[in-house]
Amino acid sequence: MLENPLQAIEEQFRQTIVAASAAGTALRLRGGGSKDWYGQQLEGELLDTRAYAGIIDYEPTELVITARCGTPLAEIEAALAARNQMLAFEPPHFDPGATIGGVVASGLSGPRRSSAGALRDFVLGAVLMDGRGERLAFGGQVMKNVAGYDVSRLLAGSLGTLGLILEVSLKVLPLPLREATVRLECAEIAALRLLNEWAGKPLPIAANCWHDDVLSVRLSGADAAVAEALHTLGGEVVESSEALLFWAALREQTHAFFSGAGSLWRLSLPPQASAVILKGRQLIEWGGAQRWLKLDGETDVAGAQRIRQTVAAAGGHATLFRGGDKSVGVFHPLAPAVAQIHQRLRLSFDPASIFNRHRMY
Amino acid sequence: MHNAAPAPQLNALSTAARQQAVVAALLAVLPARCVLSDAEDTRPYECDGLAAYRQLPMVVTLPDTEEQVIAILGVCRELGVPIVPRGAGTGLSGGALPIADGVVLSTARLNRIVRVDAYARIAVVQPGVRNLAISEAAAQYALYYAPDPSSQIACSIGGNVAENSGGVHCLKYGLTVHNVLRVRVATIAGDIIELGGEALDAPGLDLLAVFIGSEGMLGIVTEVTVRLIPKPATARVIMASFGDVVTGGNAVASVIAAGIIPAGLEMMDQTSSRMVEPFVKAGYDTDAAAILLCEADGTHAEVEEEIARMTAVLEGAGASAITVSTSEAERMRFWSGRKNAFPAAGRISPDYYCMDGTIPRKRLAEVLTGIAQMEQTHGLRCANVFHAGDGNLHPLILFDANQPGEFERAEAFGADILALCVAVGGTITGEHGVGMEKINSMCLQFTRAELDAFFAVKRAFDPHGLLNPDKAIPTLNRCAEFGKMHVTAGRLPFAGLPRF
Repeated sequence: MLENPLQAIEEQFRQTIVAASAAGTALRLRGGGSKDWYGQQLEGELLDTRAYAGIIDYEPTELVITARCGTPLAEIEAALAARNQMLAFEPPHFDPGATIGGVVASGLSGPRRSSAGALRDFVLGAVLMDGRGERLAFGGQVMKNVAGYDVSRLLAGSLGTLGLILEVSLKVLPLPLREATVRLECAEIAALRLLNEWAGKPLPIAANCWHDDVLSVRLSGADAAVAEALHTLGGEVVESSEALLFWAALREQTHAFFSGAGSLWRLSLPPQASAVILKGRQLIEWGGAQRWLKLDGETDVAGAQRIRQTVAAAGGHATLFRGGDKSVGVFHPLAPAVAQIHQRLRLSFDPASIFNRHRMY
Repeated sequence: MHNAAPAPQLNALSTAARQQAVVAALLAVLPARCVLSDAEDTRPYECDGLAAYRQLPMVVTLPDTEEQVIAILGVCRELGVPIVPRGAGTGLSGGALPIADGVVLSTARLNRIVRVDAYARIAVVQPGVRNLAISEAAAQYALYYAPDPSSQIACSIGGNVAENSGGVHCLKYGLTVHNVLRVRVATIAGDIIELGGEALDAPGLDLLAVFIGSEGMLGIVTEVTVRLIPKPATARVIMASFGDVVTGGNAVASVIAAGIIPAGLEMMDQTSSRMVEPFVKAGYDTDAAAILLCEADGTHAEVEEEIARMTAVLEGAGASAITVSTSEAERMRFWSGRKNAFPAAGRISPDYYCMDGTIPRKRLAEVLTGIAQMEQTHGLRCANVFHAGDGNLHPLILFDANQPGEFERAEAFGADILALCVAVGGTITGEHGVGMEKINSMCLQFTRAELDAFFAVKRAFDPHGLLNPDKAIPTLNRCAEFGKMHVTAGRLPFAGLPRF
């Protein structure tokens, strides 16, 4: 018997994984299950990561936090907030049970992504258990590290298909000194133009959202920078508690736009791409780089193809994010040569194809 | 050890005949000016910025187009000949060191800026374009490309992608991986793939992230799309003196704890400031045990506000003197000392060996004390310059290669420093790459299973191990032999090129 309960849990993981690999049976890696609806398909016996939890190291002056996969995201955010720091990529919880392992595996970022960077930009290191049950450490707890391939960043958004993420180290940032939100009345095409023009100027724009002919812009930074930008942008200043709720609702998709049945598509586009003409309602984030398309009904094969073709022609890709019939394919198809590299990479970490089978493709 | 044996027909040939066969095959698909094989022509390619490692290549190719890159890869694939990609050759870890029976693929002629799109804030460039040339082309739009490795005047963007290069501003603005949106790559199979795109993410696994920093071992970059960002209106730098390095290190932590991410945060020890001051007259306090340079950038009001906050924090943290630059000329002068640390080392010492470990900042005092002890053990001096914001330490070991044994002592000193970096939870390389230089130290940082995983990643892109084999990831045999190896320490060519 192992004395340390965490070692015992890890040993259990190892035995489960080794046995599954030997038998060729699928394992479904899962934290809080807050994003069970995301991705193609759930397959296999459940491997619950939540017992493997806890912040291992958090040194505010090093700007790094290291935690085990089952640690609730809320616990990490509370620890950071207590030291005036944050996960600047604002990962969505979608459910109070969200764990940091799931956050990294799903690779999703929130409103601040267009200015601060995505989750993958903040991954400094990770410990992975592969399909052989080997414990592999990549990256580290330091900002700059070019020893070996950057496998830890590859895990961001891998949906658990490469292995069980045991630990992760993330770069953290100080909370902004000051924030302010303004609203401007603005049609879609004008909003896209403004967002692209502003992004080319030294303005402290942290997040933005266009919906229903209203453009909301969140400013973050030093007092002076925010004050100057408020003057430059114009518009109506939103009361701060209301602004907080607005950005949180966007991050967690509790905003009215996202409510109701039907299918929600995520269109990832070059920010400079002009307005995308598709049936459905749209909400634009990330300076034009993330556009949500809400359809009241399901998307059929022809509809999905139309969306994918339109978005690809504009230089982007489309994901059937939530709802709808997944048989049209959740993720954008890959070019054959890229798909082949994917397959080889996946098999190198997971030779028996046990991890989150068919979750991605 | 590349696992693809040369094709049987090549294997049987003598070295000269093998070279002839490879040249003939290349000339069948390339114009003559793209193929170099005479020793006098290939000599300039025998090393990169780490000149102590030299190897004359069998052939050098200089493609003008992506089609020619694919053709070269096709010939090498057919004949089982290893390929060493090369950008500007300024790398410091021997990543572009040729292989005796291999082909060097230089991207020097793929040097076109395809387009700069100010509205989209991107530049599309070929791999041979110099880092600084991108910012120069974007300057008319008040935009620039943020990563600024010290060799930016000469190094190429393709090389930056291979090494995931940083710079003095990367704490705030990120490394290459944070600023490259897309790479177009010729694979060893002859396919063209695009990783990333002009959107902020791409479907599937983030292959772009694993490709950046892969030291030319996964594919040949034929085009890069980089993100351009708005130029800050102004910048000012604080020069603060400290009575001892520990107080200086703690002051860095205090700045971060105060919620400030400076645009630049650099530390130099007294050996370094005394080394550079006579050389550049930067106005450094040579009585201070450590000097900290702390920069704010942004709008005028923002910079004033941040300088005031940083000054208060540094005073509170025990700075014995503080000077704030009052003009752009003065700011440049303060930086000139830091940026000339490497040339200054070359001025006071016949040779120097630059290390590149990264450590958790809180272990700085311990590491500097350790290095001071190693100075005694190895009988050599060491000057320390430090990207303090991100924990990236550049100890400069001073030695004289003409003195018997000093080479070996410098090498052993360097290996000891890297071992110490790993022991305190850091890494053997923050930004220079592993290449050939630090390949043995990789055995200290990674387990056998982790090294196997790296090889598997390589095989996913390059199944026959033809792209820059034997670099960056040591074979298990090599690790087993580690310690018995005898290689010479590195010396820097490009003496005039800034290094920091």
